[in-house]
Amino acid sequence: MTTSAIINNQLSVDIDSEGIANLCINQVDAPTNLFSNDFMQAYVEAAQALIADPEVKGIVVTSARKDWVAGADLKFLGNPPADRELMLKGILQAHQAFRALEKSGKPFVAAINGNALGGGYELALTCHYRIAVNNPKIKIGFPEVQLGMFPGFGGTLRLPKLIGIQPALLVILQAQQLRPDKAKSDGLIDALVDSSEELFPAAKKWILEAGKSTQPWDDPKHRMPGGGLMTPNGVQTMVGGIGNLRKKTHGHYPGAQYAMSVIHDAIELPIDRALEVEARYFVKAFYSPEAQNLIRTGFFFVNEAKKGKAKPQGHEFYKVNKLGILGAGMMGAGIAYVSAKAGMEVVLKDASQENAEKGKAYSEKLLSDLKNKGRINAEQLEEQLARIHATADPLSMLDCDLVIEAVFENPQLKAQVTKETEAVLGADKIYASNTSTLPISTLAQASARPENFIGIHFFSPVDKMPLVEIIVGEKTSERAIAAAIDYVTQIDKVPIVVNDSQGFFTSRVFGTYTGEGALLLEEGVPATMIENVAKTLGMPVGPLAVTDEVSLTLGIHVMENMPKMSDSTRRMYDLYQKMVKDHGREGKKNGKGFYDYPAGGKKELWPGLKDLFPNNVDYLDKDTVGKRLLHIMALESYRCLEENVLRSTKDGDVGSLLGFGFPPYTGGVFSYMDYVGLAQFVAECDDFTQRFGARFAVPDSLRKRAAEGQKFYP
Amino acid sequence: MEAYIFDALRTVRGRGNNKGALLGITPTHLTVTLLDELRQRHQLKTELVEDLILGCVTQVMDQGANIAKTAAQQSGYGDQLCGVTLNRFCGSGLEAVNQAAAYVKSGFKDLLIAGGVESMSRVKMGSDGGAMAMDPAVALPGLFVPQGISADLIASKYGYSRPDADAFAAISQQRAAVAQSEGRFNRSRVTVKDINGFTVLDNDENIRPETTAEALAKLDPAFAMIGEMGGFNAVAIDRYPEVDHINHIHHAGNSSAIVDGAAIALIGNETAGEKLGLKPRARIRSMAVYGTDPTMMLVGPAPASRLALQKAGMQASDIDLYEVNEAFAVVPLRFMDDLGVPHDKVNVNGGAISLGHPLGATGCMLLSTLIDELERQNKTTGLVTLCIGGGMGIATIIERI
Repeated sequence: MTTSAIINNQLSVDIDSEGIANLCINQVDAPTNLFSNDFMQAYVEAAQALIADPEVKGIVVTSARKDWVAGADLKFLGNPPADRELMLKGILQAHQAFRALEKSGKPFVAAINGNALGGGYELALTCHYRIAVNNPKIKIGFPEVQLGMFPGFGGTLRLPKLIGIQPALLVILQAQQLRPDKAKSDGLIDALVDSSEELFPAAKKWILEAGKSTQPWDDPKHRMPGGGLMTPNGVQTMVGGIGNLRKKTHGHYPGAQYAMSVIHDAIELPIDRALEVEARYFVKAFYSPEAQNLIRTGFFFVNEAKKGKAKPQGHEFYKVNKLGILGAGMMGAGIAYVSAKAGMEVVLKDASQENAEKGKAYSEKLLSDLKNKGRINAEQLEEQLARIHATADPLSMLDCDLVIEAVFENPQLKAQVTKETEAVLGADKIYASNTSTLPISTLAQASARPENFIGIHFFSPVDKMPLVEIIVGEKTSERAIAAAIDYVTQIDKVPIVVNDSQGFFTSRVFGTYTGEGALLLEEGVPATMIENVAKTLGMPVGPLAVTDEVSLTLGIHVMENMPKMSDSTRRMYDLYQKMVKDHGREGKKNGKGFYDYPAGGKKELWPGLKDLFPNNVDYLDKDTVGKRLLHIMALESYRCLEENVLRSTKDGDVGSLLGFGFPPYTGGVFSYMDYVGLAQFVAECDDFTQRFGARFAVPDSLRKRAAEGQKFYP
Repeated sequence: MEAYIFDALRTVRGRGNNKGALLGITPTHLTVTLLDELRQRHQLKTELVEDLILGCVTQVMDQGANIAKTAAQQSGYGDQLCGVTLNRFCGSGLEAVNQAAAYVKSGFKDLLIAGGVESMSRVKMGSDGGAMAMDPAVALPGLFVPQGISADLIASKYGYSRPDADAFAAISQQRAAVAQSEGRFNRSRVTVKDINGFTVLDNDENIRPETTAEALAKLDPAFAMIGEMGGFNAVAIDRYPEVDHINHIHHAGNSSAIVDGAAIALIGNETAGEKLGLKPRARIRSMAVYGTDPTMMLVGPAPASRLALQKAGMQASDIDLYEVNEAFAVVPLRFMDDLGVPHDKVNVNGGAISLGHPLGATGCMLLSTLIDELERQNKTTGLVTLCIGGGMGIATIIERI
């Protein structure tokens, strides 16, 4: 006999003839199964009914969707309730309900057919047994700390009690998402099956044969693997864990810290009291500005951008089947790789066949690396490589849907290839330049169809950098913008749209970072301090190291092309000249910049800097050094917004995070001003203007916003 | 009212590990050994002693449950003798002396014994847990690092090299060896005997007279691995971004030795001395503690000493002899540079690198060594100072009577 007990928009329940219930999660109105308030309520009600039903021997929790439960519903997290205490009470109530299920005496089995992440895996931990399909595409674990939070529904306690403090901390703090086989060997799940079809029978078998319905944390004989918190092992794990957490996060990720605090404060307590401690820390983490910044920009804004939300309305999807690339240098070769990977036919053209082949060889190298790591097989390698056609023939652009020019940054050369290509390219096709320095409107002057001319600015290395900056020239059409966005979403990158301006958005703003680094050095701040403070704040690379990467000679070139140099630009220029002209220190490319680059060794700051720029440790405190580096980028971003280079603050936040690694916990350049507090930001910039120069001058409109108590995000 | 030191004693120091001579001797026994010696030397009217203040850092197991009152009870001084155990980490022994002196100067108490004890072989350092290092709520914002990393951070920030530290350590050993062979420790140092009265240890066990800077140069740095693996080098640089990398100059040979030992001082006012028929050896002129940042942690001796000098109306040059605890070689090196004190006034009979650092006792041990040496050289003023975990320094200035 099979009974169909409950069906709603969250789940359905069937009980088979042997009294095994299939509680099947199926959120029919949602894209996938997510952990939310509505779900919890439906789940608890269904489970309670099954516990009350004397026919039921055990409950198998399955999913009808691709995911088991993919994680918490971030729509809810992105719009948190104003009453924080109410949220705490809600969590505690939910804990009571789930604890009653754990202690009901009936076994629950999580039958995991797809991703069980975050709240999803926490749900699995409330079950008495976990079986997963051994499919390497399935991920099991806790990604929460990446968004400034931590597993806040019992996971931070149940996992260490299950597998031990140290391994659990690794999963939580490193935001591990494990394949089922690894999850099994690490103890996150109990058993594997080969296919989804085998899940229910395996779960049923376990219930009928073993069916243990006591959780380890309810078993007085259970001992935490690896020992308790106050054992030498536990102490070492905590002390070393704290040191390494700061090394990794520099104290900017409260969720990670609070996860450790939960374990420290509560792991030895009875589970019900421990859950209360966890809930209090979770509320604190969740409402922290860092978590809210990470959720807003790192999750919502980036995902919106990635889905092409910025695309102008009323344009059909511009599918790129065949892509032309002019110039097979580092950028062209990288663009060819990512586009072929997305399934496009790619024509990679250079002045000579030899150069074009060199560009193609780059893809071969990346693909071979992937193959060696076992990520793709030989067939996939061949297939992908076969889509790239190396050529020296301009006529090959004939039937391309989109052409991206990536030749040297030389206006004459660019004009020549534009004309050459437009002669063969379809009249309605889009032509894009990957220039990082030349204005699009100027380059478009060479075009017979400037409405189809646009900037598509990739970052280096193209295969790793997720951002693409789309640059709109004076005559660029909405249709070209729409097409460019469609292309970027096809290659699975994140587009932002900016208007034409010197350096566009990312290069222009990032230039203020490298510039400020140089000015700090010139004023007498030790180079080590500049670099370390930047990294302490969460910048991936110090300003001097980054200057070396792009080379001081390029910096000089850019400054020489400016219509007029400001006082501070002049100071930077002189400094760069001193380095390059007097000391031959051009940057990483000649092995000598702000750093020395010993062959085979780690780069080290050039000792000669101390003589060239006498320093004094006490000249500026580290907070001022750090604020100068970040404030100047935020201020320049605001100027971009005011000058309509940026079309929205969202683009600025996404672009700064993904384009130049602005610290994610700040939420990006605009969110950063909210994070500092706009009034304080303005006051500090005023102070810096007095002390360090006019580049910190606050635009009137920003001052007005601050005076009115406005924020960029409510 | 003045606070006088009538006498100060210490036990010999045994190596604080499983091979150490004092491994089988409890910290209570170490303390009672000194209380017995004090009573015998002076035919002490023990019923006049009101309180026993002991510094002890790791207050668990043998040293738990108030070892001061435990030793007081065991000493047979009488039920009137109270006991209180305090913990100012490495400054505990001197803190006990200072608190006793403060009681006397204030007139609230007339006669006390103050000192400290630590059996590091029996009660392992760090076994008392605590939030400072392992509670994320404290340790993460506090930028906690182990003391060895702090010491290496001082070296990195102020430019002390491995040869600087090794040279200092070799001198410490040479000075201690000379002091021991000339019998300079004999007045204060007490032999530890077993329950039968058989001698267990009658010399400071850790001194290695043969030590040279060249030999020390061969030792591996002690804190390189924990600095890297525990993330603590990065933590130190977060706090001091002007430091490019942590130069790990310290090792077992130029850091304080882990040893067992105890020390006490008899402290009281003039009337108490008259009742006991004892002539004071020194008086306590001033004292100070001073806090510094918890990451660098070990640079407190200089500011604490400045404060003590200021309270005494003195200059650094007015002090005849200094005892600066050699927790790590860089501590006295930095102290001497910071205060402008010549090495021939500092630790003239060696220090914790050669003799050892029984955490809770050392402050009082340095006091006894200093009084003996002032008497030997017929000099007047001395300053004892120690660096302290968590970022503190303590200093006491004494003057011979």
